[in-house]
Amino acid sequence: MNFDKELNARGLSCPLPIVKTKKSLADMTTGQVLKVISTDTGSVKDMAAFAEQTGNALLSTVEENGEFVFYMQKK
Amino acid sequence: MANKKMAIIATKGTLDMAYPPFILGSTAAALGYDVQIFFTFYGLQLLRKDLSDVMISPLANPAMPMPIPMPVMVQMLPGMESMATMMMKQKLKKHGVASLEELRDLCLEADVKFIACQMTVDLFEFDKSEFIDNVEYGGAATFLSFAGDTDICLFV
Repeated sequence: MNFDKELNARGLSCPLPIVKTKKSLADMTTGQVLKVISTDTGSVKDMAAFAEQTGNALLSTVEENGEFVFYMQKK
Repeated sequence: MANKKMAIIATKGTLDMAYPPFILGSTAAALGYDVQIFFTFYGLQLLRKDLSDVMISPLANPAMPMPIPMPVMVQMLPGMESMATMMMKQKLKKHGVASLEELRDLCLEADVKFIACQMTVDLFEFDKSEFIDNVEYGGAATFLSFAGDTDICLFV
């Protein structure tokens, strides 16, 4: 999937993946896609909850080799 | 649509109890909430510039996981609190949990408002110069004027 920016959140625990996702999205424009890589198991539910509450679109969630990759499209 | 609001009263000044207000505050701010945290009694310690005195104690804390079972008589020995704090901080770091300083900075960056209880500051004769700058001082009525209109209000 194409993306405009990547956030490496490997090794970070709650709430850092969410807070850093929010900060990364802040300097992007509507429609751009942020790729987030996390190793925090809790981030799977948290990223979905973040998207639901902020209106940004979680385009996909994939687990690859123990890492979670999220594609979040800015509202 | 107006932002959702969350208010937290932070009353504890130990390492373990310092995390919930800052974690919830920074996360709620990331979700678009307006957040205020009211620091009162021992919670005021979380506003100090230097947070190195924020500790955790195994004493009277039977739920704290210990590497080896430790009788209360041992837990009360001098230095045990510092040791437990050091071990807890190492554990937090190993698991990628942010430090209190980092979470507090994230709150401030996200415009979480910190209110220090003026009454407790006076009661404990705290020196305001020991606190971080981004703090407002107020009382219960100040807090309630925001809290009365929140979606979430928590006492920690």
